[in-house]
Amino acid sequence: MSDPVSALKNAAYNAGIAEISELGAVGMITLRGDLSAKVLQKAAVAAAGVNVPDQRQILTEGQGGMAWMSPDELLIMCAYEDANAKLADLQEKLAKTHALAVNVSDARAVFEVRGPDAREVMAKLAPVDLAPDQFTTGMFRRSRLAQVPTAFWMPQEDTFRLICFRSVAQYVFDVLCAAAQPGSEVEYF
Amino acid sequence: MSTRLATGGRLLNKSKPVTFQFNGKQMSGFEGDTLASALLANDQMLVGRSFKYHRPRGIVAAGPEEPNGLVNLGDDGKFEPNARVTTTELFDGLSAQSQNHWPSLEFDVGAINKHLSRFLPAGFYYKMFIHPRPFWKYVYEPIIRHSAGLGRAPKTRDQDTYEHFYAFCDVLVIGGGVAGLEAARSAALSGARVTVIEQTAHWGGRTPVDGGEINGAPAQDWIDATLAELQGMENVTLRTRTMGAGVYDHGYVLGYEQLSDHAPHKAGPRHRLWRIRAGHIITATGAIERPLSFAGNDIPGVMLAASVRDYVVNYGVSVGDRTVVVTNNDDAYLTAIALKHAGLDVPVILDARVLALDSDAMAQAKALGIRVLMGHAISSVKGGKRVTGVEVCSQAGEGAVLEEISCDAVAMSGGWSPVVHLWSHCGGKLVWNTANACFNPDPDHAPKGADGSQFVTTAGAASGSFQLDDLLNDAFAAADGVLRCLGMKLPKGAKSSKGERREEAPMAPVWLMPQGASVKLREKAWLDYQNDVKVSDVRLAAQEGFVSVEHAKRYTTLGMATDQGKLSNINGLATLAGALGEDIPAVGTTTFRPPYHPISMASIGGEARGVAFQPIRRTPMHDWHEANGAQWEPVGQWRRPYAYRQGDESTHDAVMREVTNTREKMGLLDASTLGKLVVKGPDAGKFLDMLYTNMMSTLKIGKCRYGLMCSDNGFLIDDGVVARIDEDTWLCHTTTGGAESIHAHMEEWLQTEWWDWKVYVANVTEQYAQIAVVGPNARKALEKLGGMDVSKDALAFMEWTDGELGGFKCRVYRISFSGELSYEIAVDANHGQAFWDALMVAGNDLGVMPYGTECLHILRAEKGFIMIGDESDGTVIPQDLNLHWALSKKKEDYLGKRAHQRSHMADPNRWKLVGLETTDGSVLPDGAYAVGEGTNENGQRNMIGRVTSSYHSPTLGKGIAMGLVHNGPDRMGEVLEFPGTDGKTYSARIVDPVFYDKEGEKQNV
Repeated sequence: MSDPVSALKNAAYNAGIAEISELGAVGMITLRGDLSAKVLQKAAVAAAGVNVPDQRQILTEGQGGMAWMSPDELLIMCAYEDANAKLADLQEKLAKTHALAVNVSDARAVFEVRGPDAREVMAKLAPVDLAPDQFTTGMFRRSRLAQVPTAFWMPQEDTFRLICFRSVAQYVFDVLCAAAQPGSEVEYF
Repeated sequence: MSTRLATGGRLLNKSKPVTFQFNGKQMSGFEGDTLASALLANDQMLVGRSFKYHRPRGIVAAGPEEPNGLVNLGDDGKFEPNARVTTTELFDGLSAQSQNHWPSLEFDVGAINKHLSRFLPAGFYYKMFIHPRPFWKYVYEPIIRHSAGLGRAPKTRDQDTYEHFYAFCDVLVIGGGVAGLEAARSAALSGARVTVIEQTAHWGGRTPVDGGEINGAPAQDWIDATLAELQGMENVTLRTRTMGAGVYDHGYVLGYEQLSDHAPHKAGPRHRLWRIRAGHIITATGAIERPLSFAGNDIPGVMLAASVRDYVVNYGVSVGDRTVVVTNNDDAYLTAIALKHAGLDVPVILDARVLALDSDAMAQAKALGIRVLMGHAISSVKGGKRVTGVEVCSQAGEGAVLEEISCDAVAMSGGWSPVVHLWSHCGGKLVWNTANACFNPDPDHAPKGADGSQFVTTAGAASGSFQLDDLLNDAFAAADGVLRCLGMKLPKGAKSSKGERREEAPMAPVWLMPQGASVKLREKAWLDYQNDVKVSDVRLAAQEGFVSVEHAKRYTTLGMATDQGKLSNINGLATLAGALGEDIPAVGTTTFRPPYHPISMASIGGEARGVAFQPIRRTPMHDWHEANGAQWEPVGQWRRPYAYRQGDESTHDAVMREVTNTREKMGLLDASTLGKLVVKGPDAGKFLDMLYTNMMSTLKIGKCRYGLMCSDNGFLIDDGVVARIDEDTWLCHTTTGGAESIHAHMEEWLQTEWWDWKVYVANVTEQYAQIAVVGPNARKALEKLGGMDVSKDALAFMEWTDGELGGFKCRVYRISFSGELSYEIAVDANHGQAFWDALMVAGNDLGVMPYGTECLHILRAEKGFIMIGDESDGTVIPQDLNLHWALSKKKEDYLGKRAHQRSHMADPNRWKLVGLETTDGSVLPDGAYAVGEGTNENGQRNMIGRVTSSYHSPTLGKGIAMGLVHNGPDRMGEVLEFPGTDGKTYSARIVDPVFYDKEGEKQNV
């Protein structure tokens, strides 16, 4: 098997008011099912290495993590190379329940937006209240970035991670770079 | 003449001189000037020509209400038409050209129109252009087209960038005058998140010009202190050069920030469009002074009284040495006093009112030695390109001239109207205020949100409170009320700032000056300066039956120019009311629509331009295609290779080569864009049986089946191959354009109708790079890669299996859309390019070539396979395409089944799919119609069919096509006529749509 190649091969832009980079391949599993079912929770926690997050929340630990996507959907994150094994394990544990788990690692691109103005760059593109007291670390939001769907969270202050579909990675990179262009500080937050 | 005064100019930085050009002429100004104040400082009274009569026009106002001062600004990539001189901040190197003149501003040929004005009355266009018809094309249009229009259209791509910004707050205050600042200060005391936006570069509005004390100190001191207080509050955001452009439902407001219009070399975006969600909106948008309607009120040098004052105080500019003030209220006296204090001459104040006692303002003016004539008016202004004098008459009379007074400027004031635009955008109603003769916002009919509660409140002059003490109280009360609406409250002991009160005599409404003005005078009394609408035009409209204000507006074009009637609306409808003998409130206003003041189109587009205009979806092999001659075809938002050109060959030749190569050797197609939906659950089979017209629940694990989907109206919406993965799981392939819509279609049925069915769906389209390996050598290539058995016995036609090829984990489907031996192989997207490369190497000595979508189309058309979007168009049902075999008769129900029983769907006269072959081997034009006998009720030839796809088939060496034809399958061998748009008529014979390998042996080897 060849080495995995992410959509933009770790492209980066550092000349603007925030640093933009594509993070390379990340393991991701979509899990749909009854989120209140013990068996599902147990399997999900085993795969993600963190507890099941509350509504619109994310929990992370190292490369592992889990995000709340909808009332019947979770996103499990892990190292790219671990995704298939984790998926197989999940499917085995959930064989007797009604649930759907699929590997979506390759269907996505992951970006990071870093710097003191990261909130502003994001607020130019996503219709979300990103004020420091309104959007905090641990929160997870599915929204849009300009014209495409996205989901994002803040692993730490001044840093956003966002997920989009692989096919629009170039578009997302382009709009993030435009939003981070030099001289475009809003000085709002 | 207008000039720069030695003193004054509170907004100027006189240590920073600035040079600029107007119509190529070098001029100078200071930092802090607007283009308008700088033009006036250089005695440039004439700034443009009116739209219809090309009358000379000068600056009338000092703010966004300016109707005349519009210029073409900048050059090339920085060019912008219709820039308003009063809102354009001066910068070094600014270059402006006046508009709507030919050949020059000073000498304009179009101005002869004014001598024809008697022949260009209201409704001229409607009246003239009806008959005789040919005149429109040959006479009117060429002439009118030449003389119409304001600014030039830009010819060079805009070199600037633009962006949006999403902001959220509890209270948004629009307007940074004293009322806005007081409202913001009060609201912010509660801890609410407050944002204040101000359209100009300065805080405090016009109070520093008008004077007065707040809390016992000069207003400017209070403004500075309040600003400092607000700047120190964490919960407050202040933005200058940001205009509230529009108020929309759910507390949504567009703010238009001009970041570098005043400093064009600044890095970063030029404009930023703020998309604000506010809990409550306070509009502290002030008021606009109304002109007076007298003959010659459009001659350069006639200006709004408060604007004359603004130019003196803010910019140290005098509009004239001798200024006649004409008014119906006390406010204009401030102008006379300010002019006098600046050492300028005010020969007379003509006050239309007759007051029993002198008002304070009047007494003050008289004390300064200014002559005041009560009950007097202007009969006519003298002058052409600038004012030379006024003829004085009695307001009560018909205009008999009592005296002529020479002057070079006229300052007029017809009273003030609150800026109610933003209040009105979302349905706020107005109420007539008799005392001030204006429309005030009606607090009993406020804009209401989804929960029925008020979400816009006015403050200060925007409420109709013009006195400093009233307007500060009003702003404080507004903040108090808004906080209550939001469930917050003012801290204990918070109180309103106290403004000074000026005793004023009541104003008197004056809609025409003199009140009995003759037709001759009325024809020169302008209401709408930009669109050349006069008192006489509105009267004529009323006389001709245009009694509704909305109709009269469109008939006369009153208020339809780029200023949207900020000066003319109230005067125009008062004139209309007068002509109709109605009360003004009975006539009502026209509708206020966003934006308040024009905003750039580019700011609306934001970042969506150039490469980011729209998302372009790329497959994992996109870069390889690009590097290997791909000619792109947009398919939805994807770009797919249409064909790969080699060397100098044409696209057509490339397509022909790809077809032949794939049929004879081996082709690779990037099929990654096709939708892949995983459907899983105990009820998944039942669910798919409802969605597809044929049976999917009976499909065996490891097998594939082609299926059709119909909408609940029975129309064909998608097709594709479904694979049964395990007991509970199916994988549904959709068309490229259908992946998202079919996914949404499935979710909708699952969430709204069959919510109790145990089914989950996931869209895994982008997880895989999928490559079709097609042609007689396909198996050989896969065997070279090795790793799994791909023989017919191990993997028969319409089967799938998981395995490994050349070290790549993959899923292999033996399906064919080409009629050849074909494998579609899915690998993880991050390995897609490497797998493609491996196939190219493995196929190297087997004749491998990539092929594009046009080759795919021809391959499938040769086999008679239908294509969603070609053979279907939203009106086609499976029966039209002879796909009866795919309509299950065993199933009790599926989406579309009942619809197919409707009489029109079951009609035997529906056009049906056939193959078409031109009699001479040429290619039928795509979309051409077949004509039958006779004509229809419209005299058109009867149509009996149409071409749905048409290609040159290199395999068969002739044109082949598919089409829908009336009774088509029963008319085999018949020749139909297809007139083309090229003037030729094509003859084509009806044949079987399967042109190639009718038995299907080649795909089943």
